[in-house]
Amino acid sequence: MGKYLLRRLAINVILVAVAASLAYMLAASTMSPRAAYQGRQPPIPEATIDATLDMYNLNDKVPVLQRYATWATGVLQGDFGKTWNGGSVNDEMGRRIFVSLRLLLIGTLLGFAVGVGLGAISAVKQYKATDRLIGVSSFVVLAIPVFVLATLLAIATYNLNRGLGFTLIEYTGEYNPQLSGWDQFLNRLNHLILPTISLSLGSIAFYSRIQRNMMLDVLGQDFVRTARAKGLRRRTALTKHALRTALIPSATYFAFAFGTMFTGATFTEKIFAWHGMGAWLVDAINAQDVNSVAAVTFFTAICVLFAAFLSDLLVAALDPRVRVN
Amino acid sequence: MSILEVKDLTVTFPGGVQAVRGVSYEVERGEVLGIVGESGSGKSVTSLAVMGLLPPNAVVSGSAKLHGRELLGMDDDELVKIRGKAISMIFQDPLSAFTPVYTIGDQIAEAVRIHQRMAKDKAAKRAVELLDLVGIPHPDVRAKAFPHEFSGGMRQRAMIAMAIANDPDLLICDEPTTALDVTIQAQVLEVLKTAQQETGAGIVMITHDLGVIAGMADRVLVMYAGRPVEQGPVDDLYYRPRMPYTMGLLASIPRVDGEEGPLVPIEGNPPSPSSLPPGCPFAPRCPMRVDMCDDEEPPLIPFGPGGGRSVACIRSHEIEHKGLTGADVFPVPVIPPSEVVRVPRAERATVLELDDMIRHYPLMKGAVMKRRVGTVYAVDGITFDIAEGETLALVGESGCGKTTTLQQIMQLAPPEGGRVVVLGKDSAKIDKAMRRALRRDVQIVFQDPMAALDPRMPVQDIIAEPLRAHGRKDVRARVAELLELVGLSPEHAERYPSQFSGGQRQRIGIARALALEPKLLVLDEPVSALDVSIQAGVINLLEELKNTLGLSYLFVAHDLAVVRHLADRVAVMYLGKIAEIGTVEEVYDHPAHPYTQALLSAIPLPDPEMERTRKRILLEGDLPSPANPPTGCRFRTRCPKFATQLDEAQRQRCVDEEPSVARLAGAVDHGAACHYAEEIEVITASDDQEEK
Repeated sequence: MGKYLLRRLAINVILVAVAASLAYMLAASTMSPRAAYQGRQPPIPEATIDATLDMYNLNDKVPVLQRYATWATGVLQGDFGKTWNGGSVNDEMGRRIFVSLRLLLIGTLLGFAVGVGLGAISAVKQYKATDRLIGVSSFVVLAIPVFVLATLLAIATYNLNRGLGFTLIEYTGEYNPQLSGWDQFLNRLNHLILPTISLSLGSIAFYSRIQRNMMLDVLGQDFVRTARAKGLRRRTALTKHALRTALIPSATYFAFAFGTMFTGATFTEKIFAWHGMGAWLVDAINAQDVNSVAAVTFFTAICVLFAAFLSDLLVAALDPRVRVN
Repeated sequence: MSILEVKDLTVTFPGGVQAVRGVSYEVERGEVLGIVGESGSGKSVTSLAVMGLLPPNAVVSGSAKLHGRELLGMDDDELVKIRGKAISMIFQDPLSAFTPVYTIGDQIAEAVRIHQRMAKDKAAKRAVELLDLVGIPHPDVRAKAFPHEFSGGMRQRAMIAMAIANDPDLLICDEPTTALDVTIQAQVLEVLKTAQQETGAGIVMITHDLGVIAGMADRVLVMYAGRPVEQGPVDDLYYRPRMPYTMGLLASIPRVDGEEGPLVPIEGNPPSPSSLPPGCPFAPRCPMRVDMCDDEEPPLIPFGPGGGRSVACIRSHEIEHKGLTGADVFPVPVIPPSEVVRVPRAERATVLELDDMIRHYPLMKGAVMKRRVGTVYAVDGITFDIAEGETLALVGESGCGKTTTLQQIMQLAPPEGGRVVVLGKDSAKIDKAMRRALRRDVQIVFQDPMAALDPRMPVQDIIAEPLRAHGRKDVRARVAELLELVGLSPEHAERYPSQFSGGQRQRIGIARALALEPKLLVLDEPVSALDVSIQAGVINLLEELKNTLGLSYLFVAHDLAVVRHLADRVAVMYLGKIAEIGTVEEVYDHPAHPYTQALLSAIPLPDPEMERTRKRILLEGDLPSPANPPTGCRFRTRCPKFATQLDEAQRQRCVDEEPSVARLAGAVDHGAACHYAEEIEVITASDDQEEK
């Protein structure tokens, strides 16, 4: 097993390299950071622009392959280069990853836990009112794009706050920099409420549908009947034997959601004004910021492959049948 | 006092499906009650109703009392104290009956801890003891294994261990050995008997296998269309059945000690529980039906002197009076004799010849860089031939290479080693066009008639497909002709497979195989998926077709009783090799290879008297892995002769030298691959014979 995972890891490294290189080529050959300097008033001399761009390895007069070589050498040494205006991509990324993580961690875990729970209940109560209610709600949520949902939530909260006359729930930003200590921690949590709801609603709906199907497959199986014939209560038989087995396929989905958590949630970040990874990608593309786009892509590739690795581990941990080989 | 008393139990599913319509029985301490019935007769539903494990939409009425306490309608909080403690259940398919993600030991320990206050480590110890009790080798190691790491027989043993964990008063066994091979079945039945002695429990044994019941049960209840139709002590019921259905059932089963010739079929199909006929539900299929039978359903009433016997038939007294048996009542078809067989075998053409055929599968490892780590010796050099008009049966336990042999023959491709000669043509030396032409002459009938027919194709298209593929024009007429040939009405050609019963579907499969007028028909377990009463009709049909059309059959089966009826010659396979080959009479009456002897002695006979007195040769353990077969004789690891009768020097020969099939002295067509082959009689074993 260990050997198998190591080999998978090695293949993943190659895949990351390919994905990142292609992304850099695409960004470097289509984006023009020069534009940001050319349109200025007063105009900056061409030579100055070239010098600046050369310094950041962004000059489109240098052949793409040469820029790529410079970039790749940097990356191998752990340096993702400069942003279009000379900032460090590394610093920016380091900050934003944790913003995204703070934003998504609770939502991802909550979405999985509640989603699986609702899905299991839905399966056990198949065709009953509970099942139909969960089913219809899930589809309604799934049918609403996340930016609509987030915006609706923000508007509703704004109105609620206005009606109450004070800010009960924060609807924008990450924290209030004027506070400190315990107050700031509570304030951070308050800022999390809305984005977490908007994020987890979607995944709850998603997981509940998947888990319902998995659970239904398992419920008809003989071992659930055996568990009850042994004298287990229905609830125990359903959770300990049925749900435990039905969790295995969902673990794969969870692993991917967890792994890609670090890459942020574009819409949610933009709407609630969190400066995380998702927002960064959009901003970087707007700013024609080649190195930032390449860095985000590189990081995303790593996350996806890490997620695949995590899913292998999780499934092996949950399912003794795959452990043997 | 009886442990369990069931009275007028009925179970109705939504849509008015009356699965069980008034079942009453009692089970006493230490008693085995056998419940026999075909699929859909309501036998399993009855026991699930007693356990309170039916889906909530089932409506249950009547009464089921355990030690005088009513179980039906009992609160689930109370029921959980009874399930697994006072009543335990053993299910049919032991693979799906264990939760795949927990170890066997944990699952047994869980059963212990539900009902007994016990520390975790003590319960784990108890689980190991229980596994030891049911005969699992190295129980302390095996307890840590997961269900998928156990073989079928081992899983069923573990299931029994779990069922007796809390010393139950009653064991309900629902087809406990149906999914197992005969030698394993014999082992598991032995374990069940041990378990019963150990716990003194009463047993309700549900099965469709009349042989198993004959050996196990004290009393028998026969169910038909959701109702008991006859009940009584096992001897009474088997030797003097008084209800035509029971009579037909007993007469229709092929017996391993039976005579050749046509079987007694029960015409028609069991009624659907949602549309029962008026009056007696068996009347439409009953040869003794009179008009009165349709008036009302006969109740199950006590019958004969001494009590304990009840029958639901208005003509039971007449049957008793005239001493009728199933063979008297049910019309036995006359099967015309074969023309071809009159010619001596040596002068007939050879239809199929296998010469030292080999089929190995590589064992691969690795996800990207595959490398070979071993070989599965699926078929490792087998030789046999089939003459025109002959049936050769290939028998053996699952995993012995029967199916691989079939596939290799059907491929008509060059084998890895040896030769496959079909109708005089070597499969290694024919070109594509020739191979295609040869396919007309070799056709196959599959085991599962539901899976073998495309559910979205009407029957006429299914049968016409091979005709069209080979460019025949007169398709319509030929389809009608074929349907008639297999005993189906040509008017049904427009229907879809789902509108036919299992037996009829298998007939469609046979019609399709016959469409191109093949010379050789390969039958892969053609009747093993069918109900007992249906099976006889299909076997008779196959026999008749062979004789009238001059076909040859290669017949693969694990049921040796069916083989005895259908086959002329039989080849017994073990781990990719032939252990014994010869005419059916020679092999069945004087088996010479210890494996054949064990196999034959493991088959339960539907005869209580014989079952009780019969000596069984029990085999130890499971089939070894074909990837790593033992040296020398492959059977020696399980061979009772090797274990008990041979001295050291003789054993060495078994270890070193692989025996090949040798003609036995004094026999015309009988050979065995054993260094110490010795013909003995095992089917009706006598006492002077060596046992185990």
